[in-house]
Amino acid sequence: MLCKLSFGNIRRSLRDYAIYFFTLVIGVSVFYVFNAISGQAAMLAVTESRNETVSLLKTVLSGTSIFVAGVLGLLIVYASRFLMKRRNREFALYMTLGMGKGRISAILLLETVIIGIGSLGVGLLLGIGLSQIMSALVANLFEADMSMFRFHISGEAVGRTMLCFTVMYLVAVLFNSAVVSRMKLIDLMQSGRKSEQIRLKNPVACAIMFLIAAAALGIAYYEAGWKFAAMSRNKLVLCIAVGCAATYLLFRSVSGMLLRVVMSAKSVYHRGLNAFTFRQISSKINTAVLSMTVICLMLFLTICALSAAFSIRNVLNANLKSLCPADFALKWTAYEVRDEVHQQVYDDAEQRFAACGLDLRGNVREAVHFHSYLDPGVTMGSSFGTLREELEQANPFLMTDAWEEIFRLSDYNRLMQLYGRETLSLNADEYAVVCNSDLMRGIRSRALEAGTVIRFFGHPLRPHAAVCTDGFVEPMGQRLNEGFFVVPDSAVSEESAAADYFIGQYASEDQAEIAQFNKTLAEHCTKVQEATALRIAPNLRTKQQIGEESITLIVVSTFLGLYIGLVFLISCGAILALKELSESADSVGRYEMLRKLGAEEREITRSLFRQTGVFFLLPLLLACIHAVIGIRFASHILEALGRQRLGAPVFAAAAIIILIYGGYFAVTFVCGKSIIRGRK
Amino acid sequence: MELLSIQQIEKYYGNRSSLTKALNDISFTVEQGEFTAIMGASGSGKTTLLNCISTIDRVTAGHIYLDGTDITALKGKALNRFRREQLGFIFQDFNLLDTLTAYENIALALSIQKKPAKEIDTAVRKVADQLGIADVLQKYPYQMSGGQKQRVASARAIVTNPKLVLADEPTGALDSKSAKLLLERFRYLNRECGATIMMVTHDSFTASYASRVIFIKDGKIFHEISRGQADRKHFFDQIMDVVTLLGGDMSDAL
Repeated sequence: MLCKLSFGNIRRSLRDYAIYFFTLVIGVSVFYVFNAISGQAAMLAVTESRNETVSLLKTVLSGTSIFVAGVLGLLIVYASRFLMKRRNREFALYMTLGMGKGRISAILLLETVIIGIGSLGVGLLLGIGLSQIMSALVANLFEADMSMFRFHISGEAVGRTMLCFTVMYLVAVLFNSAVVSRMKLIDLMQSGRKSEQIRLKNPVACAIMFLIAAAALGIAYYEAGWKFAAMSRNKLVLCIAVGCAATYLLFRSVSGMLLRVVMSAKSVYHRGLNAFTFRQISSKINTAVLSMTVICLMLFLTICALSAAFSIRNVLNANLKSLCPADFALKWTAYEVRDEVHQQVYDDAEQRFAACGLDLRGNVREAVHFHSYLDPGVTMGSSFGTLREELEQANPFLMTDAWEEIFRLSDYNRLMQLYGRETLSLNADEYAVVCNSDLMRGIRSRALEAGTVIRFFGHPLRPHAAVCTDGFVEPMGQRLNEGFFVVPDSAVSEESAAADYFIGQYASEDQAEIAQFNKTLAEHCTKVQEATALRIAPNLRTKQQIGEESITLIVVSTFLGLYIGLVFLISCGAILALKELSESADSVGRYEMLRKLGAEEREITRSLFRQTGVFFLLPLLLACIHAVIGIRFASHILEALGRQRLGAPVFAAAAIIILIYGGYFAVTFVCGKSIIRGRK
Repeated sequence: MELLSIQQIEKYYGNRSSLTKALNDISFTVEQGEFTAIMGASGSGKTTLLNCISTIDRVTAGHIYLDGTDITALKGKALNRFRREQLGFIFQDFNLLDTLTAYENIALALSIQKKPAKEIDTAVRKVADQLGIADVLQKYPYQMSGGQKQRVASARAIVTNPKLVLADEPTGALDSKSAKLLLERFRYLNRECGATIMMVTHDSFTASYASRVIFIKDGKIFHEISRGQADRKHFFDQIMDVVTLLGGDMSDAL
């Protein structure tokens, strides 16, 4: 009997459940796909370093899965309670017929089990299918060979998905039972009578609230988007809090404001169904201020996560080509311990290798060997000259007391020739600053513009140019060179020699052989380090290693962004769709009335389209504006990664959002249309 | 002048095994400017009749002519246009849109007809004066009494100057004082503004405000009386006589 009731209920409220089921299926399949990725990656990535990436990816994705399970769990609880509310009259009927609360809970449990098993089954099938497509993306990111690809089902992912969703369904059932046990018959019976009071809010208060919210948002935007340099941690938290509060207030006031504006334009307001449409929209927004705020913020995070994930990939791939022109770079820093204090001293790496019977140039085709210099009088702060105080105040994160690294012009130019980059020419009384971090370029260029004269080892030199020179010494995957000085050879003194550098290309093009060379070089470094009395900190960076790091970063960020983005998107879509559909169901009588008044079906459909459209578009619109500023801010933070045009990544993110969010919109509109046409 | 002509209409529900004849060969005509009441017990077919005239429901057989047009032959857009331009509806449960103010509810009927905003304003204010609701125009349905709501609904029905106003149990959800006030307004609209009103009711008191009463029983016309020169009280007694004749069927509805 219970079974029959449950099945009947699901079949009858299929329209309500359709969106719920649809969301669960997508949720399950996304969960499976991302949990199965590490398995696929392991299949496609064969090299040892890739395996490390795979295990990192696995850790990150399974960690994120806990968060995602939380989000989806909340969504399931929200959606099932929402659907329950729509059935209060039905529960009232059961209770008047003498059914106990335990049996009502049992009916709900049975329904959840049916839906749960159905969604898990369909979702897993869909997920297994989708994950094969995902393999193409994995292969692409890992630059792997697709020929290694085989059809793959991850048992672990299946198990994990089933476990997580079972737990989520159980939580939902517990919540439902708790709600059922607190139900009162009188409330249930009266729930059908809508006593919702549609109060037109005071337009002046709305306008003031709107203006305050807009102004607060504007200030937060300005602070985050343009004054980012002065951004401290507390200030950032404040900006985010202000942004959230302003978003809430905007949604609270926007409908009242807009309605007033439209109402004052009488010829628009009283045309066709406009008055009805505007009133519907405003009542919908007014009853969903909080959810719209949450959805807007989630969409904002989604847009940021997706664009960031895609742009990191483009940037790093481009950087690898331009910022890593040598096969290896060894920085050899030595310290002497005097009176328990580490004192940096110069140590010649090549001689030290030779002393240990090793040849640093063994596998090397071409290399540059040189060293840097330090002058205790040349710190970042002193290089700012008269601007020191101002720049320190504007950029509190700078460590202005640190000594600056100095290179000889001839050494620098030899290296640039090896790199195939432009060389530098300086007059005898000039110095240059070489830097490729955008943030530091801006700061240092201020001092150069001012023509700050710096004394290097007693020689007063003036700036070669009013801007920093773009470049670097050590190859790296990102634009992280915060700046060093290049001075004429005559300006340095050898007593101030600091770190030794040995940078070059191997005598081989073969990647496997180069990997072997890298390994040998690293082993030799360790040997020499152990055989020396001085404390030596060898820092070996190879092109292969930087490439691997880039790929790791790309893979992890891409999948993380996609994962969180997709889950947030389906959550937003589902909440909006459920709200809109129940609103449509409640408004059936109103549409019936319009038909009796002789409104054309086309006009009614158009009205519904506009209502649904505005309901979906409004949070997205505000989220997009947030995202423009958010991405602007993030690109300042991430500028170390490199400069880039955001075009392609943003388009890719937009495509995903349009596909999923737009899909929810379309389904909602079509279902809504059938609901309001229902009783004809 | 003859406005509405109903010719041998029939309406069947159900299938061959269990056929219900809701309307069984009904014919009558309504003159321009008449105030007609249709009386009958629950299940007598009076609401079905009204639904057929209002094109909400379709007849199984027969024809209905309004001002010479056969409305049983109308379809789709023509049907919608007919409804919004020729008819006005008043329902038992008011059917006002709860998200709109009284003013907007009345204006909606005109804006659906794509009337310009200026014309709408004049028309709404005029009809509000006629129905005595000028002071509640800016209120929402939940802020109004039942009587006010029904008068707003009536205003919406007549603001478009329909050829025929159809009212389904208009006093059904009102207390006696509000009902009386509403019916006074109906009589005013009928006499002073020349509105043709057709009203379905099972309440003799409500029917006594009409100029003519048609009684329906089991889907057929049972009897018909006209007020002529008699006053309302006298007409009420006449109606009561017929109701008594109709038997116990209607006594429960009184």
